[in-house]
Amino acid sequence: MNTEILGVVLMFVTTILIALPLGRYIGKVYSGHHTWLDRILHPIDRIIFKFIGVNPEKEMNWKAQLSALLIINLIWFLLSMLVLMTQGVLPLNPDNNPSMTADLAFNTSISFISNTNLQHYSGETGVSYLGQLTLMLFQFISAAAGMAICAVVFIAMKEKVTDKLGNFYALFVKSITRILLPMSIVIAILLLFAGTPMTFKGKDQFVSLQGDTVNVSRGPAAAMIAIKQIGTNGGGFFGVNSAHPFENPNYFTNIVETIAILLIPIAMIFALGFMIQKKRFAWMVFGIMLLGFLLFLIPSIYLEMKGNDSIRKMGITQNLGSMEGKEVRFGPAASAYWAISTTVTSNGSVNAMHDSLTPLTGMFAMLGMMVNAFFGGVGVGFLNFYIFIIIAVFISGLMVGRTPEFMGKKIEAKEMKIAAIIALLHPFLILVGTALSSYIFAHNPTFYAGWLNNPGNHGYSEMLYEYTSSSANNGSGFEGLGDNTPWWNISCGIIMLLARFLPIIGPVAIAGILAQKKYTPESAGTLKTDTGTFGVMILAVIFIIAALSFFPALTLGPIAEYFSQHS
Amino acid sequence: MKIQILPALKLTLVTVLLCCIGYTLLILLVAQFSPNKAEGQTISVNGVIKGYALEGQSFTQDKYFNGRPSAAGYNAAGSSGSNKGPTNPDYLKDMQTRIDSFLVHNPSIKKEMIPSELVTSSGSGLDPDISPIAAQVQIARIATTRKLSEEKVKDLVIEKTQKPLWGLFGTEKINVLQLNIALDELK
Repeated sequence: MNTEILGVVLMFVTTILIALPLGRYIGKVYSGHHTWLDRILHPIDRIIFKFIGVNPEKEMNWKAQLSALLIINLIWFLLSMLVLMTQGVLPLNPDNNPSMTADLAFNTSISFISNTNLQHYSGETGVSYLGQLTLMLFQFISAAAGMAICAVVFIAMKEKVTDKLGNFYALFVKSITRILLPMSIVIAILLLFAGTPMTFKGKDQFVSLQGDTVNVSRGPAAAMIAIKQIGTNGGGFFGVNSAHPFENPNYFTNIVETIAILLIPIAMIFALGFMIQKKRFAWMVFGIMLLGFLLFLIPSIYLEMKGNDSIRKMGITQNLGSMEGKEVRFGPAASAYWAISTTVTSNGSVNAMHDSLTPLTGMFAMLGMMVNAFFGGVGVGFLNFYIFIIIAVFISGLMVGRTPEFMGKKIEAKEMKIAAIIALLHPFLILVGTALSSYIFAHNPTFYAGWLNNPGNHGYSEMLYEYTSSSANNGSGFEGLGDNTPWWNISCGIIMLLARFLPIIGPVAIAGILAQKKYTPESAGTLKTDTGTFGVMILAVIFIIAALSFFPALTLGPIAEYFSQHS
Repeated sequence: MKIQILPALKLTLVTVLLCCIGYTLLILLVAQFSPNKAEGQTISVNGVIKGYALEGQSFTQDKYFNGRPSAAGYNAAGSSGSNKGPTNPDYLKDMQTRIDSFLVHNPSIKKEMIPSELVTSSGSGLDPDISPIAAQVQIARIATTRKLSEEKVKDLVIEKTQKPLWGLFGTEKINVLQLNIALDELK
């Protein structure tokens, strides 16, 4: 078999093999069971909780959990604004990069606290080393916040009547010390020995073989790259992210980084199965997500390996495939695999330029973000899926004339209203954003010529992709978009903010309300939620809500571009 | 709600200590044991640094194997892809120009032999590699310019070809900088 395809198979199989035990481990961590790191970390935990003045045993209800989450995020936002707008004069700035403008700092701050990592700056010139380390902090804590809040929902799904759903601070600290930090350390060390820089020295200079003088950006990159991959953050150290030879030196590191994208999102599903003691249900969820993932992945790999049809007409050979925006050391198959992995999860790191993907692969990348629940971001991916489950339970309940029940709890109008609003929020934000910017552009294309790097349908796709990425808290981009302007900084900032917190508040509220309801044990009249039939039902709901509401928008972009190539 | 502000502030401080300072220092410590203390590995010829091992550099002269076109002009302090869409007419025109120019510099090569990677720009603008096919189509030009036998250049290309990872996974590639340094040493 082709060695490129074999590489993809290897990455996928290894991911699953690691995710299974990791999921069990995460489940144990959140359930408070004994794990191997406890001996070192228990004393540290005690010091931390004593210092912050919180009793980690004291459980909180869902409202207290949410207010804890929102308050700490507000503090992070202020801290980030402060550092980014003054980094030019602060220490650790050997390359003398400037402070950010207010609108860019606003966008970047929200982008990193919301786990999006949309970057309207370029790493080499836009941030100091102190700025990079601050952003790296948010990569840890935004991921940990998402995982903690997901654990709250897991606890709420247990079959009992309670309003006590664990302690947010305890779940948050455990996510960092027991999951994110150890995994990041392993990955950072692997990167170091492959050649990724980790130094506080500034730019270097040399004269090339041909006689050109070349400056080389360096920095404390290895530490940041590890957590950006593991925590579905995606914000790279260098401008072109993991396409950069320092950020992703060879095929081996590419395997490591690609595995890191999907690892925790997949493991969280198995953690759920462990925590609520319903393995069958977890496998059903995994199966549906996997099916959706493969549905986007297989055609994308095929299309990228086949090459760009417009180039084929020029009569040259595309022995590797479509190579614009790709690196030879990865090749099109591994690049397509990364492109789909990074968009179905809300990671958003790239190892090839998505703007130059063939039209339909670009569409599958967008669809991954439009669904945003096939694995999804660390923690929040499952919350999105949870909304689809609630809707599917309700609809199938109506179809077969049974009371809609999920995990022994009755789903009623209030929960359904929340679920419907959250499900519609995502298309609303994306389509309204794209419509507004298209309107502005179309009314003065010469004035806004700097926005788009490509004409016609593809230019429109650049705008659609940007808002999709913002609303999915993804962070990748069709980077041809000239996005460091007040309009893009502010509009994307607002969308990232709404799209981060409302889809967290909604599912937590539903789960919290359900947890307080009376528990009805499963009977012959209960709708089974761990069967293939119910899985198909969820898939249908996802297809109707996510795919169909975006179909008209996709028709104007990638689909029209595809047909223009073949007319 | 008010009672949550102080814990949040203190917890943020804890995470700064753990993730920003502790983690960074730990990785920095390990970095001291990695190749060239993780300051970036360089390649030297006769004691003079000629480049970074991982990063590509611009080779436009006929006497060197040319690497891939770069939207960043191989500026290692400002990586960038072209971000051109697959159907952009201006982009396709640029491609045609590159193809024509390649044919002028390599008269013995037919158009259908040109691999697309030699006329498309890389993702980073710093791609250090080309595929073996992209090296093979340049052998005749190199041999003529340098007055070497084609056999000799071909042997060098084969010698510098890196197999896929563990012979099984990924692409075959050739590091252009290493290849050209070896070429300069060829008599």
